[in-house]
Amino acid sequence: MDNKYKQVVIEPVTRVEGHGKVTIDLDENNQVKQARLHIVEFRGFERFIVGRPYWEVPVLVQRLCGICPVSHHLAAAKAMDGIVGVDKLTPTAEKMRRLMHYGQMFQSHALHFFHLCSPDILFGFDADVAIRNVIGVIKEHKDLAVQGVMMRKYGQEIIKMTSGKKIHGTGAIPGGVNKNLSIAERDELLKDIDQMIEWSRGALKIAKDYTIENLEMLAPFGSFDSSHLSLVREDGAMDLYHGNIRAIDYEGNKIIDDADYQYYTGYIAEEVKDWSYMKFPFIKSIGPEKGWYRVGPLARMNTCDFIDTPEAEAARKEFMAVTNGKPNNITMAYHWTRMIEVLHSIEKIKELLHDSDLQGNDLVVKGERRHESVGLIEAPRGTLFHHYRVNEDDQVEMCNLIVSTTNNNVPMNLAVEGIAKEYISGKPEITEGLLNRVEVGIRAYDPCLSCATHAMGHMPLTVEMYDAEGKLVDSKSK
Amino acid sequence: MSEKFVFTIDGVEVKATQGQSILEAATEAGIYIPSLCYMKDLIPHGSCRVCTVKVDGRFQAGCVQPAAPGIKVENDTPELMEIRKDIIEMLFVEGNHYCMFCEKSGDCELQALGYRFGIAAPKHKYLFPDRKLDATHPEIFIDRNRCVLCGRCVNASRDVDGKTVFEFVGRGIDKTVAVNSDANLSDTDISIGDKSMDVCPVGCIIKKGVGFKTPIGQRTYDHEPIGSDIERRKG
Repeated sequence: MDNKYKQVVIEPVTRVEGHGKVTIDLDENNQVKQARLHIVEFRGFERFIVGRPYWEVPVLVQRLCGICPVSHHLAAAKAMDGIVGVDKLTPTAEKMRRLMHYGQMFQSHALHFFHLCSPDILFGFDADVAIRNVIGVIKEHKDLAVQGVMMRKYGQEIIKMTSGKKIHGTGAIPGGVNKNLSIAERDELLKDIDQMIEWSRGALKIAKDYTIENLEMLAPFGSFDSSHLSLVREDGAMDLYHGNIRAIDYEGNKIIDDADYQYYTGYIAEEVKDWSYMKFPFIKSIGPEKGWYRVGPLARMNTCDFIDTPEAEAARKEFMAVTNGKPNNITMAYHWTRMIEVLHSIEKIKELLHDSDLQGNDLVVKGERRHESVGLIEAPRGTLFHHYRVNEDDQVEMCNLIVSTTNNNVPMNLAVEGIAKEYISGKPEITEGLLNRVEVGIRAYDPCLSCATHAMGHMPLTVEMYDAEGKLVDSKSK
Repeated sequence: MSEKFVFTIDGVEVKATQGQSILEAATEAGIYIPSLCYMKDLIPHGSCRVCTVKVDGRFQAGCVQPAAPGIKVENDTPELMEIRKDIIEMLFVEGNHYCMFCEKSGDCELQALGYRFGIAAPKHKYLFPDRKLDATHPEIFIDRNRCVLCGRCVNASRDVDGKTVFEFVGRGIDKTVAVNSDANLSDTDISIGDKSMDVCPVGCIIKKGVGFKTPIGQRTYDHEPIGSDIERRKG
């Protein structure tokens, strides 16, 4: 390696779920040669779940995450439905799971928007770091901070009523659920539903107005043309709980459509690289070099034909109008689409709360045991794949997980590199504000890097610059 | 009917009949002596020592020590509570007890004792033993990671089911519950309706496919600590 190179390290990346670091390699003229997002934690769930009984899996694997455990719980439960030979749940079981999932989507998106990303939107990328954090939001925008907390609480109450606990419950079991929603629980949730809808509209307006007002700056910010992938309902509607795989290219041409996810290995493969613990999934027909794609709210908005709730559908149309109905490839548009999904989720929750099927008692069905099954779900951060094989003694013998953030691995790296080249190349001094822009690009994806912890309050960001021989050239801390 | 006699537990007079253990007499009187390996209707063998009490100043296992006229029993004292807590903590670290994904969670007596004694995190080092699973039986699963060597399955199978499916093998730290076969559980004559299937205090011997069918909120210890049913008898 040429010893004229320097490396800037951002570790840990703040206001994201989990731990990661960014390295930015500079040449002798301070031009960015390469920038990468590294995932520095190792989990091993796919290995240590081997040998466990299959009915334990939905409860075990949700421990991957403290923010969106419901997504893992439900994806695993969907896979285990297949293992016990069930293709169709009872109406009560499916609707209870959907209610749990919409509650999860609602609280996770609210957490990200109000607590993690809003400091950048409300105060600006260059604002003083002492203010540009959740405490600053509480001080300067108390109403918004309270809304964020209350919306998150509402989503978690739904999770508790459907799974028994706000975090790491047990509601979904192979072939169904273990409880229905009592009249008392339903009425408790209905008390606040209209307030939640109102606040969701408000959050959507903030995200939309911010994007439109700053479109000139945001449109190129870490943006690039990409393919998009998600589950889509058979009629083309957005469906966060179930559907078939659809992937489109940056212009909207379909690459995969109406694909049964049980056969996802025919469409998706994963590549391993030696500098990250996160794998690199790609669409097989295109290959590892160009077959990467984006998932999550932006991708879902691009892949679906419509949304089946009125206010979210109106918001989707407004969003798609920005790019004349063509796929939107603006990275920072993730925030806007995330809030469209918040509104969609709360509309769905209201619809479900008025459905008497939730009070049904037919909770579980059984079929003929199968050896292998796949469960997919649209988690808050994107498409989540759970794939298992279970032996004749009911023990898991193989597990493969492609978590949502993994699907966004290449896109996040491209965003990091694009922003680094745009804002850091050639700068005589690298300020905290410039480095925050790199983090802003990562935060747009709401990545769940290890799923359990993130920096709060004091954010221990240290940036160090080394030469090729490992000698510390410069260091900044905040 | 046997004649009643009187002894005291923490200064309170308790009536007992000949042949009753201290723990049985206390339970009838509405006094909770924490226990784990003891189970009503099985022959007690005092293996876990969670029910340790002091009888006239000497440590004894309450489940096997007969009640006797005039004895002075200490139960709810800081010294005994500390000893019991330490025993429970050692049981936690000696096995692999992952309550967060164990289907017995909420119904587990070891976990319930942990909560009752306020054990937030064990002070001893985890041993992380390498223990075997036995999933060969079509209806029954054994996860020895969770075994506390209480012996209930051994006793129930031998004394109630008349089958001797289970037996202890090994000594000291290597002691484990084996099945009476050259190979696995599927080679024994155990049946899902056996008493030995219903006695495990932890999630070691479980019925396949039941899993998490009981929702959180309806499990045995979701709303009150272990022993509350006994304490209510005092009225």
